[in-house]
Order: sequence, then structure tokens, then C-alpha cells
Amino acid sequence: MIELGAVALVLAFPTALFATAAALWGTRGDRRFVESSRRAVYVLGGLLTLCILAVEVAFVDTDFSLKLAADYTSTTTPLFYRLVGMYSSQEGSLLLFAWVLSLATSLALRRTRNRHREIVPWATAVLAGLASFFTGLMLFDANPFARLDPAPAQGFGLEPLLRYPEMAMHPPLLYSGYVGFAIPFAFAIGALITRRLDASWLRSTRRFALIAWVFLGLGLIFGSRWSYSVLGWGGYWAWDPVENAALMPWLVGTAFLHSSIVQEKRGILRTWNVVLICATFSLALLGTFLVRSGALQSIHAFGASTVGAPLLGLIAVVVIGSTLLIVSRLDELRAVKRIESLASREAVFLINNLLLVGLAAVVFWGTFFPLISEAATGQKASLAAPWFDRYAAPLGILLVLFTGIGPLLAWGRVSRGELRRLLAVPALVALLVGLALLAFTDAGSKPLALLTFVCAAFALAGIVGEFARGAAARRSLVGGSYAAALGGMVVRNRRRYGGYIAHAGIAILFVAVAASSSFQSGAIVRLGRGQSTQVGGYRFTYTRPTVSVDQAEQRLALGSVVKVTQDGRPVTTLHPARLYYSTAAPSEGAALRGFFEGTVNSQIGRQTGVERDLWTAMNPDLSRFEPFITGFDRRLDRLAAKLPANDPRVGAQLSSLEGMAINVVQRRYMADPPPAEFRINVFPFVVWLWIGAGVAAVGGLIAIWPAPEARRRRVSGLAAARLGRESRVET
Amino acid sequence: MNPTRKRNFRLAAALATAVLLSVALAYTSFNASASDVTAGQLLAMARPGQSYELAGTVTSAHRAGDTLFFRIRDPKRAAVSVPVRYAGSVPDPFRVGRAVVVTVREAGPRFVGEPNTLTTKCPSKFRAEGEPDGTGPVLGR
Repeated sequence: MIELGAVALVLAFPTALFATAAALWGTRGDRRFVESSRRAVYVLGGLLTLCILAVEVAFVDTDFSLKLAADYTSTTTPLFYRLVGMYSSQEGSLLLFAWVLSLATSLALRRTRNRHREIVPWATAVLAGLASFFTGLMLFDANPFARLDPAPAQGFGLEPLLRYPEMAMHPPLLYSGYVGFAIPFAFAIGALITRRLDASWLRSTRRFALIAWVFLGLGLIFGSRWSYSVLGWGGYWAWDPVENAALMPWLVGTAFLHSSIVQEKRGILRTWNVVLICATFSLALLGTFLVRSGALQSIHAFGASTVGAPLLGLIAVVVIGSTLLIVSRLDELRAVKRIESLASREAVFLINNLLLVGLAAVVFWGTFFPLISEAATGQKASLAAPWFDRYAAPLGILLVLFTGIGPLLAWGRVSRGELRRLLAVPALVALLVGLALLAFTDAGSKPLALLTFVCAAFALAGIVGEFARGAAARRSLVGGSYAAALGGMVVRNRRRYGGYIAHAGIAILFVAVAASSSFQSGAIVRLGRGQSTQVGGYRFTYTRPTVSVDQAEQRLALGSVVKVTQDGRPVTTLHPARLYYSTAAPSEGAALRGFFEGTVNSQIGRQTGVERDLWTAMNPDLSRFEPFITGFDRRLDRLAAKLPANDPRVGAQLSSLEGMAINVVQRRYMADPPPAEFRINVFPFVVWLWIGAGVAAVGGLIAIWPAPEARRRRVSGLAAARLGRESRVET
Repeated sequence: MNPTRKRNFRLAAALATAVLLSVALAYTSFNASASDVTAGQLLAMARPGQSYELAGTVTSAHRAGDTLFFRIRDPKRAAVSVPVRYAGSVPDPFRVGRAVVVTVREAGPRFVGEPNTLTTKCPSKFRAEGEPDGTGPVLGR
């Protein structure tokens, strides 16, 4: 199967090249070449699917003759994580990227096969060109089918920190997001080249942009959730360059989704739209580049990668090429109409666009500041989270405010009286919420957080009002219950109400970010059994130690039971633990010390509630077992020296002895538990971050789903086309 | 005001705002930044009171109570390393041989890490060297 995959990859590269060349030839008007390029893209999708299957089979079968499988899986890695282990590697992630690109391209070309006869060949050439680049990169620089001969008996296994469902979801969602933006980008390039600059290319690719937005957003959220739930540092966002690199295309992509609606409805912002989609895709490529180049100091960057330079070349081609193309088409892009009034939906959309792009620009500046500073002063320098927060907070607040205002206004122009009427109720709700927060909470101590809550209340009140008005109008029209009217209204206008739901989700998400970051309480304390500490109004008491062994995962957990009380009343019991993994990786020290200082991670003890999360991580101080560990390792080394090396039976016996020594440590840990370092956090409203993101994703999916009218139009359109073809045949 | 003048005024206001914001961005970023250095650069240029983002590979580490002592090796000059004393949150993947970044200040013969600034390379990017030896301890028997 590995050979089959390797051959498929070898064939994929010329197939992609052929698709590019045929599409380019097809731009001269010969439809046969356009058809041929489209079919070549389908074939490419099939070949890359074969590559993915070949790698997956090797991972599932633990075929360590495939280097990738030996590096990222082992016989003790659970099946699910063998299935998803592929894309924790650079080669596997590039394969995933190319595969998703080929599938998305196939789908886009299938959907547009009878439309955009001039644009499609160019779009195909761009997309197939991208596929050629990535398949070539794999073939010549990062081949996922590299072999090991002889195959090792065991693999390294997947890093235990990655064995979490969130981490299994994060990469494919992120890549789908990046790749999804390639479709509108390619069609924008096609539209620019052919000077077909009306909104038709936007309509045809809107769903792909929305899917990309939803996927990229979910990818970011799954990554954040993993960081929060698994890593022992107690946060969900660190403003790391690679995290920022995924956020930037999402921000600019969000701006594009909104400004494309303005072009569709009002015929304006045409230049802005092509600039935004080109920037979005360039930033998506930049994210791929930053992980692989080592250009910036990032905790997420692959080390010693050689694919950075070609990726930088691709980004340069995309940026320079699209800029030249846009500049050369400025006359055609100039809109006939203008924004009539600042009190209009399109004006507010534009303001929100500027805020989103401004935020992306701040993130870009901060991310690339080491390079900027090196160019300016000769010395690389980095910016920490407080600098990012200083700009992101006010821009975020304004974003939430205008997210609330935009949907309330009509297109074109709104009179002052009408404006007052539309904004009165949401403004009143926001005011009441602000006063209530000032009166009953300490929100006044954090003005930026208070402003976020007030603006979010305004936005949510506006959205609820829109739903209420729409449902009432529909009920008066068709009758029935209020719920049925609400459901019917959403079903009949999914794009609009899906958008409102997404806005509500984002407003909730901003509230959660403001609350959890401004009002969190935390402490790092050393506690012995029976000792306690007070954090955020809660008392955390380390009551007793726990030990457990997961034989399937070969994992030891040295943990604790932490009782949480508030004003003497029991609240919950938490079970944080330190997890120690037995791995087949070469030990970096003596055997037993290697185990306790080797592959280790935290099991977070957490209680999630609608008001707050109680979060604990622990690290037991094992220094009192030091003499035993050192003594055991010394004796084991002496014993091993007397036994024949490279004898698997001897290895197995030594491993059993190590296991017995670990049993001794377990017993001593239970009998006389050492003190442990506890990291304790109380995060208010953090669960609303995930709920808000989920609501936004649901809103996005509702907006993606075709409305009944659109489906009917498409079906009737297809039927008409078929009738036309049949009548031509009969004639 | 006629529409053209109004538009020009708006454009000028927008450009002035953009320029002001850009200047603020540049000014605050140069003021708030910490120099990125390797161990060799840190030894050559460190000034007391100044913060530096030190990046490199951990060569040795031990704990004493709440404090972690470790050495960070220069990625380009293997013989050069600096000692760091650090108290604060330690990421789970932290261990000898891993790439880390920490904000440090000079304090006598060693450098002191600022609390909760220690980060370790994302675990998806670890690539173990050598061959798996297949002899991890057997647990649970």
C-alpha cells in the first residue's frame, strides 16, 4: 500500500501540472481543454486520496518501514490517534493541505462547470498551479513516503500531549479554512484577468468563503480549547506568531465576507473586495509559511525545515502578482455608485471592515516585529501579550458595537428619526446592563471589560429585536405559532438570520474573553496534604493523594483530590494529576529518572460552570524519592552491563524491573505524599467562549445552507438547461 | 459643504487618523519590546535591568523547592550556554533537549527568568532523534 501511495504522489505532480497547462490553454477558448483540466483535477483528488489512504493504512498497521509512521506512531498508540497522527508531522500536514485543496477545487469546479465560462479556466489554472506547488514540494522536499530499511521494531509514538480530541480536530479544520479561501481567491484572479468584475464570481464562491471562515474559526477555537484543557499554563491564547498567523486570515476573511455582501447588494467596494480576498489568501499562505520557515521564534514552528524558502517564493508570487493585477484593473474596478450616507448598513459594514483589517494589521505588526526591529535597529525584539492586548481590546469593543449597529440599519440611507427609533431599544438595554453591572458587580474596576459587556448587550438586544420583528411580521402574514414563524423565517432567509446568529455568537465570545481575562484569579502555591489556599473567593484543599495506571496508554498518574469550598460550603471536588508516560523513545538519562523527567503532562482538574471554571494543575515534588531513583538506576545500569546487549528478552526483563521500581514509588507516594505545586485559576464565564464560538459556527452553517428558493431556482435552472439540451438534440 | 469637498475632508481625516495610529503603533512597539537573543548574544550584550527574550535548547535542569535551575544552549554555538533561575509556571513539555523561550534579566552570575514567561516548543513539532529502543518501563503489572 505504501508503494501505491508513493506512486500516486509521483503521478499527482504531473497530473496537477497538466491540469494547470490545460486550463491555461483553455483560456484561449477551447472548451475541450477546460473540460480536460477539470477532469485532471478530479483525478488529482483521487490520487491524493490514495496517498492519504496509504499513509493511514501504514499508521493503523504500525508499518514502521514508513518513516512517518515510525516517527509519529507506535504499537501502543491508541487506534484513534494512529488515524490522526499523520498530520502532526510536516510531511503529513503538507499532504493533508494538498488533499483538501484538491477536493475543494474538484467541488468548486463541479459546481461551476456550466457557469463563468471565461473565469473558470483561469481559476482552474490558479488552483491547479497551487496543487502543483504543494505536490512538487512533497515530492522533492518533504516526501511523506520516505522509507526506513530495516524497519524498526517500534515507533516513537504520538506525543501524549497531542492525544486529545481537540488536537485531532484542530489541524484539518485549520487547513480546510486556509484552503477554502483559495477558491474565492482563484475566482477573483480569474475575474480580474477576464475583467468580469461584477458580483457573479462572489456569488459563486460565497459558500466556499463561508465554509473556510467557519472551519478556520473552529480550528482556532479547537486549538484554544486544547491549550486551555490540556496544557498546564492555564490560558487559551498566547499571541504566539503561529497562532496570530491563523487569526489574521480569519479576521481579513471576516471583513471579506461582509464587504462581498455590500458589493452584491449595492455594487460598491469592488476594489476593496479583491484586495481583501487576495490578502486573506496571502495571509493563509503566510500561516503555512510561519510554521515551516523558522523565520520567527515560535513555539509552534517546525525546526530545521527546508520548505520555508519555496513557500516564501509562492507568497511573493501571490502578493506581487495579485497586486499588479489589481492595479492594472483599477479603472474597471471603480464603482459607479458611492456610499450615500454614514447612516446606512453599507457604511457600518465598511467601518467594521476597517476595524477588522486594522486589528489584523496590529496583529501583523506585532507578529513580524522581530523582523521589523531587526531591519530598523539590527537587533531582533519581540512583543509580549500585554502589547497585543492594548490594541486588541479597544478594537474588539468597537467591533462588537458596530456588529450590533450594522444589521439594524437599512441599505442606502436611514433618516435621523428612523435611526433614533432603531437604536433606542438596544441602547436602553445596553445602558441598563451597564448600570446593573456597576451596581451589583465590580465590573467598574475594569472599564474596558465593562465597555465590552455594554456593547455586547447592545448587539445582542439588536439581534433579538430583529428576530422578534421578523417573526411577528411572518406570523401576521402566514399565521401559526410564534416558534413556527421564527423557524420559518430563519429557513426562508438563512443567509440573513444565519449571519445574525453568527453575530450573536461572536458577541457572546467577546463577553467571555473580556470576563475571563479581566476578572480571572490565579495562584501558584505549594501545598502538602491537608493544606489549603484561597483563590477567587474559593478555598482549595489538598485532601489526599491518588495513583492510577492506564495500562492501555502505559501511563502513570500521580494525582490529588482537591476539595473546593466557598464560605464553608462544599462546591466541588477536583482531581488534578501529573501524567508520566512510558515511551519507547531513547531515554535521555537513567531509566527511572528518564521516566519521571521524560514524557510528562498534566491532567487538569476542572469544574465548568455557566458562571466560572475552577481550574487546577499539579506537579508533585518527587525530590524525596531522589535517593531511591538514583540508587535504582545505578543498580540497573550495573545489572545491564553484565547482561548481553541487544537481546530483546533482556530488554523486556529490564523494563519489568523498571515497572516494579515505579510501583515502589507509587506506594511511597500514597503512604507519605510529598507536597505539590498547584496552579489554581478561577476563570469567570470561560465556558461562554466555547458556547459563543459554537453559536457563531451554527450561524455560519445556517448561512451556508441553500435557502429553499435558491434550491428551487437551481433545480428549475438545471431542468430548463436539460430541456434545452434535449430539444437541441431532437431538433 | 459640497460633496467633493466633503469627500476630500473625510479622506484627509481618515489618512491623518491612520498615520497617527501607525505612529502610535510603532512608538509603543519599540518601547514595549524585549530583545530576542541567543545565549552567546546575551553573554555579550546583557545590561542589568534590561529584559531579553532568550531562546535556545535546555541542556540541564534541576529543581530546588519552587525554583527551577536550568541552562540554555546557544542554537548556533553548542559550547555556549547560560544559567537561568526561574520561578513560575513550567510548561509540561519542558525537559532537557527541548527548545524553549524565556524572558530573562541579568542578576549577578546567572539570569533570572520572569515568572510565567517560560514557553516550550509546541509538542507537535518534536522530532525525537535516534531509534526507538522499545524498552520503556512496563506499567501496571
